[in-house]
Amino acid sequence: MTQTLLLELSVAVLFLPLVSFLILIFFGKKLPRQGDFVGLAFLGVSLALSVAILYAKISFFHEELLNYTFTWIDLGNVALFGSMKFDLGVMIDNLTAVMLVVVTLISFLVHLFSTKYMAGDIRYSRYYAYLGIFSFSMLGIVIANNFLSMYIFWELVGLSSYLLIGHWYEKKSASDASKKAFVTNRVGDFGFFIGIMILWANYHTLTYEGVYGAIAGGLMPFQSSWWMTAAGILIFCGAVGKSAQFPLHVWLPDAMEGPTPVSALIHAATMVAAGVYLIARTFPMLTADALMVIAYVGAITAFISATIAIAQNDIKKVLAYSTVSQLGYMVMGLGVGAFSAGTMHLVTHAAFKAGLFLGSGSVIHAMHNALHHMHDHHTDAQDIRNMGGLRKKMPFTFWTFVIFTIAISGVPLTSGFLSKDAILAGTIAYGQLTGHMLIPIIGFLVAGLTAFYMFRIVILAFMGEHKDEKRFEHVHESPLAMTLPLMLLAVLSFFAFYSLNPFTAAGGWFFHAIERPETVVPAVMAATSTEVFEEAEHHAHMTAMILSLIVAGLGILIAFTTYYWKKINADAIAAKLAPLHLFLLNKWYFDELYEAVAVNGTKGLARVLAWFDSKVIDGIVNAAGSITKIGAIVSGKFDSIVVDGFVNLTATVAGGFGLVLRKVQTGRVQSYIVFAILGIVVLFFVYRAV
Amino acid sequence: MMELKFLNVGILTWITFLPVLGMIAVLCLPKNSKSATRWTSLGVTALQMVLAVVIFQHFNRGVGGINTFEGMQFKELVPWIDVQSVGILGRVKIDYFLGIDGISVAMVLLTALISFVAVIASWNIEKSVKGFFALLLLLDTGMMGVFVSLDFFLFYIFWEVMLLPMYFLIGVWGGPRREYAAIKFFIYTLFGSVLMLLAMLALYFSVTVIDPSTGMKMHTFNMLAMMNPANFDPGSLLAGLGTSMRYYAYVALFIGFAIKVPIFPFHTWLPDAHVEAPTAISVILAGVLLKMGTYGLMRIAFPIFPDAAIYFAYPLAFVGFINIIYGALCAMAQKDFKKLIAYSSVSHMGIVILGMAAFNSQGMVGAIFQMFNHGTITAMLFLIVGVIYDRAHTRGLDDFGGLMNKMPKYSAVMVIAFFAALGLPGLSGFISEAFAFLGAFQTYRYLTIASAFGIVLTAGYMLWTLQRVFLGTLPEKWEGLTDINARELSVLVPLAVIVIFLGIYPMPVIDLMNTSANALVDFVRSGAGMTLVGR
Amino acid sequence: MALHVTLQHFLIVSAILFSLGLFAVVTRRNAIMVLMGIELILNSANINFLAFSRYNALQIDGQMAAIFVIILAAAEAAVGLAIVLNIFKNFNTVNVDEISSMKQ
Repeated sequence: MTQTLLLELSVAVLFLPLVSFLILIFFGKKLPRQGDFVGLAFLGVSLALSVAILYAKISFFHEELLNYTFTWIDLGNVALFGSMKFDLGVMIDNLTAVMLVVVTLISFLVHLFSTKYMAGDIRYSRYYAYLGIFSFSMLGIVIANNFLSMYIFWELVGLSSYLLIGHWYEKKSASDASKKAFVTNRVGDFGFFIGIMILWANYHTLTYEGVYGAIAGGLMPFQSSWWMTAAGILIFCGAVGKSAQFPLHVWLPDAMEGPTPVSALIHAATMVAAGVYLIARTFPMLTADALMVIAYVGAITAFISATIAIAQNDIKKVLAYSTVSQLGYMVMGLGVGAFSAGTMHLVTHAAFKAGLFLGSGSVIHAMHNALHHMHDHHTDAQDIRNMGGLRKKMPFTFWTFVIFTIAISGVPLTSGFLSKDAILAGTIAYGQLTGHMLIPIIGFLVAGLTAFYMFRIVILAFMGEHKDEKRFEHVHESPLAMTLPLMLLAVLSFFAFYSLNPFTAAGGWFFHAIERPETVVPAVMAATSTEVFEEAEHHAHMTAMILSLIVAGLGILIAFTTYYWKKINADAIAAKLAPLHLFLLNKWYFDELYEAVAVNGTKGLARVLAWFDSKVIDGIVNAAGSITKIGAIVSGKFDSIVVDGFVNLTATVAGGFGLVLRKVQTGRVQSYIVFAILGIVVLFFVYRAV
Repeated sequence: MMELKFLNVGILTWITFLPVLGMIAVLCLPKNSKSATRWTSLGVTALQMVLAVVIFQHFNRGVGGINTFEGMQFKELVPWIDVQSVGILGRVKIDYFLGIDGISVAMVLLTALISFVAVIASWNIEKSVKGFFALLLLLDTGMMGVFVSLDFFLFYIFWEVMLLPMYFLIGVWGGPRREYAAIKFFIYTLFGSVLMLLAMLALYFSVTVIDPSTGMKMHTFNMLAMMNPANFDPGSLLAGLGTSMRYYAYVALFIGFAIKVPIFPFHTWLPDAHVEAPTAISVILAGVLLKMGTYGLMRIAFPIFPDAAIYFAYPLAFVGFINIIYGALCAMAQKDFKKLIAYSSVSHMGIVILGMAAFNSQGMVGAIFQMFNHGTITAMLFLIVGVIYDRAHTRGLDDFGGLMNKMPKYSAVMVIAFFAALGLPGLSGFISEAFAFLGAFQTYRYLTIASAFGIVLTAGYMLWTLQRVFLGTLPEKWEGLTDINARELSVLVPLAVIVIFLGIYPMPVIDLMNTSANALVDFVRSGAGMTLVGR
Repeated sequence: MALHVTLQHFLIVSAILFSLGLFAVVTRRNAIMVLMGIELILNSANINFLAFSRYNALQIDGQMAAIFVIILAAAEAAVGLAIVLNIFKNFNTVNVDEISSMKQ
C-alpha cells in the first residue's frame, strides 16, 4: 500500500457520504425504504476504508505525514503581494486517521440506529441525506491540511447541524434551536475568520505546513507577539463555538430538539469534537498565554455545565450538559498541554457519549411507545422523574447504559478512566509548573460532579420501581438495530482498545501514535516544553489516579445514598437551597442574559436604526424633496402673481383705457364733429404762440 | 488582437444595440400580440446571452486593460460627433468608443444573464405588455452600454438612457406607492448625474490630446486619455496631483456613483424602489444597476483620480463598513420581505466597497467577484419573493410560516439562495466575501474586523427570515398555495447552478477579472503619488 | 361818426352764420335740419369769400369760389335730400340717432 493510495482512499472516504447525500436528496423518496440503505451502504464503505487507513497508517507509515495539496484559486503574481494562490488539500497523520474512524464509525452506527428510531418519520429520506452531508463536512474538517478548507467544512458542518437540529421544523422550539445553533456558531466563526485573516495577511498561505513553517522561521504576525497570541485565541474562538465552550455553550442543550440519534452523532461525538480537533491542529502555533486562556475557558465550561447538569430532569438535557462539561475537559486538557490525553478523551468520549445518547434514545423510544399506547400525550417521555425500573424491561439498554456511565465517571478498566486520568495528571502538572492551581481543583471537582449526576440518571431511570404500573406493561426493549450499536459502543468503552495497561494510557498505542506536536512559536512565548511537562505529568500520575478514584467514588456514593437508598432527601436540600437550585435549574440564566442583552440588544439596535433610516435619513431626503417642492410653490406663486401680474396689468390697463375710450365711439356723426371742433380749438390754443 | 465582427459591425455594438432592435420589433408587433412580444424579447435577450458567451470564450485573460488602448478588447472606435468650431469651445469631437477589459467583461456577462432572467420573470405581466417589454429592452441597452463604453460622454448618455425606462417601469407597473418610488429614484439618480456631469466637463476642459489627423491639440472625452496625467493641460483646472480641485472633482464623481451603489447615506431610494418595482425590475435593479455605481468607481473615478482615490481610501473603506453593519441591522428590523432583501443589498454592496477600498489585488478581485455574485444571488432572492408575492399577494414576513412543507421545490431553491447570501462556503458568495475581507484586512486591520461582524448579523437576519417564512406551521389561509412552476424554476435553477458552481470552482470568472484587477491596483497605487497608509 | 363798414363786420356776420349752421348740424336730430345747417355753413363761407374779394387782393377769385360753392351747395342739397328721402323710405324716420344699424 503506497502513500498515494492511502490519500486516494481518504478522498474516497470523504466523498462517499456526499454521493449518498446527492442520491438521497434527489431520488430518496423514489427509492425503496426511502433510500436509507444508500446512506448505510456508503457510510459502511467509508467506515471500512477508514479502518483500513488507520491500520495502514499506524502500522506502515507511523511517522510519516501524508500530504496532498492542489491549487484551488490562483491569482498569479499580484502587486504588493507576489504569488497569490489558495491551496486546498488533504493530509493524513495519526490524529486524522483516528478521527476518520471515529467519525465514520459513530456516523455508521447512528445510520443503523436511525433505521428503527426514525422509522415512519415524515422526512425519512431527507434525514438520511442530511446525515450524509454532515458526515461529508465532518470528514472534510478532519482531513483538511489547511485552514481554508477547515473553515469551509467548518461552516458546512454548521449548515448540516442546522438542518438536522431543525429536522422537525414545524415545532417552533426546533426551528429556534437550529437558528440559535447556527448563529451562535457564527459568532465563534467570526473569530476564527479573523484568525485566518491574520495568518493570511502575514504568511500568504493557509496550509498548516506553510503557516507553521513561517512561524518557526521566526515570523510573528505583524511582528508582534501580541498578535501571535491573538491569532491563536481567535482561531480558538471557532472551537468555542463548535465545541460549545463558555460563553458560547448555550446552543448545545437547545440542540437536543433534534432527533436523538442526531444528538448522538453531532452533539456528542463528532461535530462538537471538531473544536477540540481544531485546537489540536493549531496546537503548534499556540503561545503559552493562548493556551492558558484555552485551559481556563475549558475549566470554566466544565464546571458551569456540570453544576447545571445536576439540576436538570430531562434526560437529554443532562446528557447535553454533561457533553458540554466533558468538552470543557478536553479543551482544558489541551490547554494545559496534555495533548494526547485531551485527544484521547475526545475519542473515548465519542464512544461512550454516543452510547449514552443512543441509550437515552432507546429509553425515550420505549417510553414514547408506551405513552402512545396509552394515548397519553401529556407526560414528558424524556423526564427522568417519569421513569424508573426500566432495568427489568430493557436489559440491554440498561447494562450498556451502566457501562457508559462508569466510563464517563472514570471508573477503572474503562476507557474514560484512562483519558480522564491522563487529563487530570496533566492539570496537576500544569498547576505545579505554572501555579494555576485552580485548574486541577476544578478538574477534580468536575470529575466528582460527573460521577454524581450520571449515576443519578441511571438510578432514577433504570432502578427502583416504575412510576406507573400500567404504563410499565407497555415498555419494551428496543429492536436489535438499536441495541446493536449500543453493545458495540459499550465494548469500545473498555480500556483494552486504547491501552493494554488498564491504569495508564501512557505506553498504549494511542499515546504512542498521537504525541504532542512540537511548538513552533519562539521559546519565550511557548508553553512549558514537552519534556518538562511530561516529566511533571508522569510524577503527578499516581496522585491524579488516587484522587480521581476518590472523587469519582464519592460522587457515586452520594448518588446512591440520595437516590437509591434515599438516606438523603434531595428535594429537601433543593428546597433549602432554593435560590441555588433555581439558579442551576435555569442554567445560570445564560439564555435569559443573552436573550436580554445580545438578542434583544441587536434587535433593538436594528429597530432603532431602521427607524433612524426611515425617519431621519429618508426624512432628510424627503425633506429635501419637500423643501424643493415648497420652493417650487413659492416661485410658482411669484411667477403667477408678480411676473405674470405685470403682464396682466399691462393688458388690464390697456383694456381699461379701451373701456373708457369706447364710450366716445358713439357712431353719431354729430358727436364726432363736436370732437373734431374741440380738437381744432385745442390745437388752436396749443399752437397759438407759434 | 481579437476582433469579432458580424456584418462589419463589432460584437460590442451588437450586444449593446440588439435590445434596441428587439424594442423596435416589439413596437412593430400588432397591439394585442402578448405572447409574440414575450417571445421576441426572450429571443433577443437569449441572443444577447449567446453573444456574451462568445465574448466569454474569446476574451483574452492575459491582458490588463484599464488605461491602455492596447489592453482593451473588442474595441470599436468611430468618430461620432465632430463639430469644427463651437464658439469658445473650439472643436468638439466625441467618439463612439467601445471596448472591454477584465473589469467590464464580468459585468457584461452579468447584464446579459440578468436581462434574460428578467424577461422570463416578467412573463406574467399583463398590463400593457408591449410597453413593458419595449422599456425593458431599452433598459437593457442602457445598462450594457454603460459597461462597454470607454468615452465618458457616451458613458454618460447610456447612464441617462437607463434612467428613463426605469422610471416608467417602476412608475407604471409598480406597487401602490409606485409614483413616489419612481420619482425618488429618478431625481436621486439625476442629482448624482449632475455632479458627474460637472466632473466630466471639468475633465473635458483639462485634458487635451493631439488629433493625429490634423496635428492640432483638442479636448477629448476619451477615458483612457483622461487617465494619463501627461494629457492634462498645465494650468488647467484639474492638472497636477493631489490638488483640492481634483479632490472636489473626485468627490463629485464619487457621490454620483455612490447614489447608484447605494452608499450610506444615499441609499434610501433603494428600499422604496425595490418594494414598489415589479419582480423583474427588482431583479435588474439589484442585479445590475447597483453594480453600475461600483463599476463607475473602478472604471472612471479610481484610474482618473488615483491621487484622490488613495487620499480618500480610508473614508471609502469606512462607508463600506457602515454599509455592511448598518444595512444588516436595518434588514433585521424589516417586516417586508422585499425591503429586507433591499437592505441586505446595501449590506452586501458594502463588502464590495470595502474590498475596493483596500486597493490590493485580492480586495479588488473580491469586490468585482462580489458584484457578480451579488447579482446572481440577489436576483434569486428577489425572484423568490416574487414567487410568493404572485401567489399570496403579500410580502409580510410575519404572515407566513411552514412553506417548507407546502412548497418543497421552492424551499430547496430558497435554502440555496439564503445560504449563499449569508456567505456559506461552497456557494459563490463566500469566496467573494472572503476575498474582499482578506484583501481589506491587509490594509485596514481593525475596520475589517469590525466589518466582518456583519457575517454574524447576516446569518442572524437570514435565518430569522427563513424561520418566519418557511419553518413552523402553515397558517390555514395559505392551504391553497401551489409549488413553484416550471417557468419560475427555469430561471431559478440555472442561477442556483451558477451559484453552486462558482462556489466550488470560481476560477472561470476570477480568471476573467484577475489581470485587470491587478492592473488597476498597480495603476492606482503607482499613479497616486502617495502611499496608502493602512490602519 | 359815419358808419363805416369794414371787413371785420362781414367776418362777424359770417362767423355768426357759421356758428348757427354748426349748431344746427351738431344739435339737430332731423336730417333735413342738419342739411339746412350745412347750407348755413356754406353760405357763411360764401360771405367770407365775397368779403375777402372786396377788401383784399383776392379780387375776382373770391367771387368765382362763391359761385362754385353755390353750385356745389345746390348739388349737395339735391344728393343729400335724395339720401334723406331714401332713408325715410327705409327707416320711416329722418332722425339721425335712430338710423344706427351700421353701428354694430
